Parts: sequence; C-alpha cells; structure tokens
Amino acid sequence: MPSWQLYLFLIPATVYIIIFAYVPMAGVQIAFKNYNFNLGIWGSEWIGWDNFRRFFDSYQFTTLIWNTISLSVYSLLISFPLPILFALMLNSFTGQKFKKIVQSVSYMPHFISTVVIVGMLVQLFNPRTGAFGALYTFFSGELLADAFANPGAFQHLYVWSGIWQGIGWSSIIYIAALSSVDEHLHEAAQIDGASRLQRVRHIDFPSILPTATIMLILAVGNIMEVGFEKVFLMQNELNISKSEVISTYVYKVGLTIGSGDFSFATAIGLFNSLINFVLLIMVNYAAKKFSDTSLW
Amino acid sequence: MGQSKFSTHPTSDKVYYIISGFILTFILIAVSYPLIYVLSASFSSGNAVSSGRVLLWPVDFSLEGYEAVFKNKDIVRAYGNTFLYTILGTLVNVTVVMTCAYALSRPGLKGRGSFMFLFTFTMFFSGGLIPFYILMKDLHLINTMWAMVLPGALSVYNMIIARTFIQSSIPGELIEATSIDGCSDARFFFSFVLPLSKAVIAVITLFSAVGHWNAYFNALMYLNDRSLYPLQIILREILIMNQVDVSMIMDPELQVAKAQAAAVLKYSLIVVATVPILCVYPFIQKYFVKGVMIGSLKG
Repeated sequence: MPSWQLYLFLIPATVYIIIFAYVPMAGVQIAFKNYNFNLGIWGSEWIGWDNFRRFFDSYQFTTLIWNTISLSVYSLLISFPLPILFALMLNSFTGQKFKKIVQSVSYMPHFISTVVIVGMLVQLFNPRTGAFGALYTFFSGELLADAFANPGAFQHLYVWSGIWQGIGWSSIIYIAALSSVDEHLHEAAQIDGASRLQRVRHIDFPSILPTATIMLILAVGNIMEVGFEKVFLMQNELNISKSEVISTYVYKVGLTIGSGDFSFATAIGLFNSLINFVLLIMVNYAAKKFSDTSLW
Repeated sequence: MGQSKFSTHPTSDKVYYIISGFILTFILIAVSYPLIYVLSASFSSGNAVSSGRVLLWPVDFSLEGYEAVFKNKDIVRAYGNTFLYTILGTLVNVTVVMTCAYALSRPGLKGRGSFMFLFTFTMFFSGGLIPFYILMKDLHLINTMWAMVLPGALSVYNMIIARTFIQSSIPGELIEATSIDGCSDARFFFSFVLPLSKAVIAVITLFSAVGHWNAYFNALMYLNDRSLYPLQIILREILIMNQVDVSMIMDPELQVAKAQAAAVLKYSLIVVATVPILCVYPFIQKYFVKGVMIGSLKG
C-alpha cells in the first residue's frame, strides 16, 4: 500500500501544473471580455464574440490564415517523409562506421538554438561575404540575390533550414523502431531471393508504420502551430507579406508597445488552438478507423 | 563489412548500396559543411571573411574574432546569465520531473489515472500567450531571473519518458522486498530509483540544459532589463539585427577594419554560443538514444 510520501512527491509537479497551465487556461475567458488592467481577468466586462468578429472581419484575416496554413503544410510535406526515408536508408546501409558518423553528425544541428540557426542563415546567404553567396559567385560569376529581402524565398528558407536542423533528430524514433525488427524476417526473405530494396519496402517500412502514423497525427494536430520563434526571427519588413503568421500577429497585437490589446490577441490565439484541437481529433479518428493506430 | 562481403551481394543490391551510399554522403556533407564553414570563418582574419575568400578551411588564421567576443561586456555578462539560468533551470526541471515520474510509476498509487490526465491534458491545450503573460505579471516574475527558470519546470513529455523508464527498469519485487525491510518510499527513491535511473536522468538533464541554454522566447517576453539578458537576446541583436557598433569611428580606414572585425566576430560568437552545449552531447549520446527509444516505444 503506497504511503503518503508518494503524494508528497507529487506536490511540486501538481502545484506547478495548476499555476502555470490551468490558471492561464482559465484566463482564456478574456477572449470574450473587454480586458481592463485595473479590473483584472475576473472583473472585466463580458462582450461575447466581438473580438472574434473583429478578427474575422479584419483585412489581414485571409493573409494570416493562408500564410500560417501554407507554411505548415509545406513544412509537413517535406519534414514528415524525409526523416523516414533517411532512417530506412541509414538502417539498411552496411558500413557500420560510416553509419555511426552520419548519424552522429546529423543530430548535431538539433542542439543549435533558433537564434543561431537564423543568424547562420543570414550570414551564409549574405551575397558578398556568406559561404553560399561566395560559392554562387564562384560558379556563376553573378551576385546571389538577397534571400531575406525576397518574400517568395521565405518559406523555402524556413522549411529547408528546418530539414537541415531536424532530419537527424526526427529520424531517431524511426531508427529505434527499426532496431527491433526481427533479423529472421530478413534472413528468410533473403533466402527467398528478395533484394535489399524489396526487404526495405516489405519488411522495414511496414514495421515503422505505426510509429509514423502517431507522428503524423501529432504533426497534423499541430498544423496551425508554426513555430513562433523562428518565424519571428526570420521576419523583416521586406518579407512580412509572406512571413506574418497567426502566432507572430498575436504577439504584436497583444504585447508590442503601443498596442496591448490583450483580449483581441487572446481571441486570435484561442481561435488558432481551437482549429488545432479539432484537427487533432479528426486525424486521430481517421487513423483509428483506417489503421488501428491512434493516440487514444 | 569489408570489400569481400560486398562482392558477394547480388548486382541489384550493389546498385542499392551505391545509390544510398551516395545519398548518405550527400546528407553528411550538406549537414556538416555549414558547421565547418562557421568554425573556419571564426578562425580567419576579418579581411578574408568579408572578401568571401573563406570557403572551407580558415584563411589567414587569426583569433581576432574571439578577442572581440570576449572584450564585449554585453556578451560576457549575457554568457554568465545564460550559465546561471541553465544550471538553475535544469536543476528545477530534473527535480520536478523525477519526483513526479517516480510517484506516478507506482502502480498502487490511488488516483494515478486522474493525475496522468491532469498532466497530459496540458500537452494538447494551453491558455496561450496572453493569459500566460498576465499570469507572469500577476506573480511579479517579469524582469526577474525566475522568468527564465520557472516556466516549463515540468515537461510532461520528459516526465512520461522518465516514468516509463522507471517502470520498465526497476522491478516491482525490489520495492516489495525493501518495504518489508522497513524502507520508506522516500528512502527507496533516493537509494534505489535515482541511482538506477542514471540513463534517463542524463537524457532529461541534456534536454533541459539545451532548452535553457537556447531559450530565447521567455527572455523576449519577460525581460527588459539589459543586465538580465541571456546570450540568445544579445545573439539576435548582433547576428540578425546587425547591431555591431562600428559607426563611432570616424576614420574611414579604421571603419573598414572594424566592419571586417564585426564579420568575424559573428562567426566566433556562433561558435562560442554553441560549443558548450555541443560538448555535453557526445558524453550523453549513448544514453539519449536509449532514452528516446524507451520513451517512444513504450510511452
């Protein structure tokens, strides 16, 4: 019979989660209020759906939604399958030493901060002094166009630098799943004359499918959640038409000097997480129906 | 896996190995080239970097970038702040995660399911940016170092990894045997669970330390006192917003030299800001692959 001491162990985590997760959840009500600093969250006056209506009617609405969704979907389409392919390929390769090196090196960028990643992008793509600028000039004799001044380049820079940073790390979970594949399956298939590629397709790939399904559910359930940090850091006046997404807009409306419209910003944020939540439930339902793999 | 083994493969497999070897080599180069370049540039002269002469290895080896980094008072102070936030924050994280994971790993705990729900629900829904900001304000944490240490004290994901690890690696018989001998739950935690969970503690320590070292968002939101700034905020000013003060010098020749120094400073700064965390990781690499595996396969 467990003792009271175990409950003592639960105190720090429970207190933390109630204060830092549940109290802000209760604070969401200001989306339906006209938040007044002096009256506080509970004292401010209710105004119903006004903040939401204001957002739907605003001229940025379509652009924001489009930027957010297109960036997420583009990112998902690239960053979901590539780590799987990478893991399959790495797992099936024979040179153990080479495999280890590729694996260790590919993890490294995961540990680099977003600020440094964006800083490196800025430096490396500098037309004159950056490595890619210099290489471009070396091969073509022309000056590289400034990537950060071009709205059309924003999404590509965002997504592909994300691949550079994450491909190794995201593949760990699949490599782990692949390591539990029964060797006998491979041996039996080999005796039946299956080629390496066939074995990857018919043995390795199906064995990581459940893991991949879970990862896909989580990714789709996060589709409206484009990373604030990286977008914010990559943003400038020149690419803002493509780089303003809901999360950066919420920050600007709510917290930058001169605005401070807390209720309006919360309403936008709530609208965003609501779409996310609905997507998560829908995808989970579909996954359960079609493949028996689901989050709950 | 030598050459002799390779020649026994059927031709179709040889083609497969050659193609995948080629692709993996490409990935290896694509991932490592920017890293090598940054390192080389940081050890090159300002002139070589700003004229685009550095392509792979250092050109005109020099340490001027590093000298400039360590002469800059803002950087040095922010560096110290980051160290402090990382150590304190990681300590808090590991304590909260391990105590919670241990209690929830015990099958007999009443209300275990409710507690799990209470924690995991927060992974899918949160109040969002503004209510959190108001909370921080009401708690008077704005503009204090606790704004960098307390938010995120419990990572539910890490807690689940730790809980799964404890459940699967510490046999229930051990608890029964020791409790018959009069060992309390708290003593069991300190004398058995912690020593036996070294691998998962290493993983959580690494994850938290990386998170705190790289934390930028909390600083942007909750700090406006410059003396509290962590490294990442200063990095942004210098690397992205390009705020290296060169305009103070009127002499045009000196100004050119300063601009070149500023270019190398950026690369040296990237190295100085990244190396500490990259140094930790090879030591814990063997643990984290295991840790991620446990967390992902059975979580």
